[in-house]
Amino acid sequence: MVPLSYYLVLSGILFACGVTGFLIKRNIIAIFMSIELMLNGVNLSFVAFAAQWHALSGQIFVFFVMVVAAAEAAVGLAIIIAVYRTRETLNVDRVNLLKL
Amino acid sequence: MGHIQNRWGPTRVGPFGLLQPLADGVKFIFKEDLLPPHVYKPLYIAAPMIALIFALTSISVIPIGNWITVFGIHTPLEITDVNIGLLIVLGITSLGVYGVALAGWSSNSKYSLLGGLRASAQMVSYEISLGLSLVGVLIMAGSFNLREIVDAQSGIFWGFIPRWNIFQGQFVAFFIYLMAAYAETNRIPFDLPEAETELVAGYHTEYSAMKFAMFFMAEYANMITVACLATLMFLGGWHGPHRFGPPIVQAVLPVFWFAVKIFAFLFLYIWVRGTLPRFRYDQLMAFGWKFLLPLAIANLVITALIVALRA
Amino acid sequence: MLHLIVFSVFGLVCVAGAVNLLVQRHPINSALSLVIVMGSLAVEYLLLGAEFVAAVQVIVYAGAIMVLFVFVIMLLNAGEEERSKGSRVAMLFGVPGMVIGSVLMAWVLVARSGTGNIAVGALPGPPKVIGWLLFHDFLLPFEVTSVLVLIAIMGAVVLASHPGSKQPDKREG
Repeated sequence: MVPLSYYLVLSGILFACGVTGFLIKRNIIAIFMSIELMLNGVNLSFVAFAAQWHALSGQIFVFFVMVVAAAEAAVGLAIIIAVYRTRETLNVDRVNLLKL
Repeated sequence: MGHIQNRWGPTRVGPFGLLQPLADGVKFIFKEDLLPPHVYKPLYIAAPMIALIFALTSISVIPIGNWITVFGIHTPLEITDVNIGLLIVLGITSLGVYGVALAGWSSNSKYSLLGGLRASAQMVSYEISLGLSLVGVLIMAGSFNLREIVDAQSGIFWGFIPRWNIFQGQFVAFFIYLMAAYAETNRIPFDLPEAETELVAGYHTEYSAMKFAMFFMAEYANMITVACLATLMFLGGWHGPHRFGPPIVQAVLPVFWFAVKIFAFLFLYIWVRGTLPRFRYDQLMAFGWKFLLPLAIANLVITALIVALRA
Repeated sequence: MLHLIVFSVFGLVCVAGAVNLLVQRHPINSALSLVIVMGSLAVEYLLLGAEFVAAVQVIVYAGAIMVLFVFVIMLLNAGEEERSKGSRVAMLFGVPGMVIGSVLMAWVLVARSGTGNIAVGALPGPPKVIGWLLFHDFLLPFEVTSVLVLIAIMGAVVLASHPGSKQPDKREG
């Protein structure tokens, strides 16, 4: 028997790691991966609450979050490829001017 | 395969060359295991293991026979019986792409990288059609549990035609599955990434001896998994002509039919390998995305319509 | 008891993978540790009884989205990350801040828990019920997300295609 709060703590730790990664990483792909980590943490807390209250809508929402994450990953990676073609760098500190 | 291509093939080792795979395996164990200096070591060593682990794990949820009672223990003939067996097999197949992609990347050479990228792009593209072709069967059976899908195919109709899914209207899905399976396991006619005449040897250029053997074991294990899945979904699993013989034979008979069907499927694999030329890469991708995927979706829609209208 | 052990083991694997993602300098290592995080999250979902979600997590997230990430990392040949002044400042303030924040949140959650335990496999329903819900109560979000995915596909294809690929046809005509 695991208390609900343990699942929430795990979800919170994953979310915090995701936010930390978003702030400290300089490689754009690593930043995207931190976003995916945040979304995963949120998914865990959705499912934990769905188990707690025996409501299936929590699970359904997880599917929508996954679909949105997939769409965002696809478009985001396409943007990264397009930026890489012109700027030749993946470091966000170097892409801070509109002019090349 | 030698006979199909009008040449001798391996006939020296054992009667009719049957011991050849054993001799090949022993040769691989004794070969020198190189570790090139320019590779990225952790992934280089891990990639064939990843490929092999996932290829072998997916066999664990495949049921090979009915419930049998051996020495008083009533047991189903599979390692675990899970409610979502089909999804687990599909998931593990999706994870198997990592072995190929990481092998190509970690070898740190342009041929391996290109071969690895091509192979993994091909596997990912055909995974979709593979899954969609199986959804038609799912709609007819109503469950993800592999055992229940096979049980829904028991019995016969019209007196002699068994009620396999392939005869119950899923033959288009069977052919989609067949072609997607050839592409997933990187076999002819879709084996451009590892063909001997292209790109040196693709993603396993830099591998030698045991690691190379692990890749090939993974490929053959994948073939067996795909054949098992085809038998379970389309060819009726372990159902065969009616029970005959003493009870001890009857207990083993389903396993025998299952093995016969798998051998038939694998024979088809090897037959195609000896016969057809291979696709070019752009033809391969166009075929997967522009032909198989719409066909699989159309099959799904029509199956769903028929099942919904019949109920 | 076994429930707690399995939960802790895979919870630790999750956190270790997440921390490894932050610590590693090469993006391919971060991507692989994210795959491990997703795998152990799938096990956690199984513990909660959400078997379909666990399978979909493995198939979609770990088997497709992360493969896409790995492809892009291999294609763009991303090297190791460099440390710039901005990132050192961010690490100096950000990491302790996040650690303090998450410890605070964990303490509050555990202290106010009172909502009781979740048994193994507590969620009701086979996938059939999920399908029913998706097509009855949640039909509008379902259709809207399918339109979203279509737009994302078109956008990704347009953005990632080579900019000069349409020129040769016009020149020959």
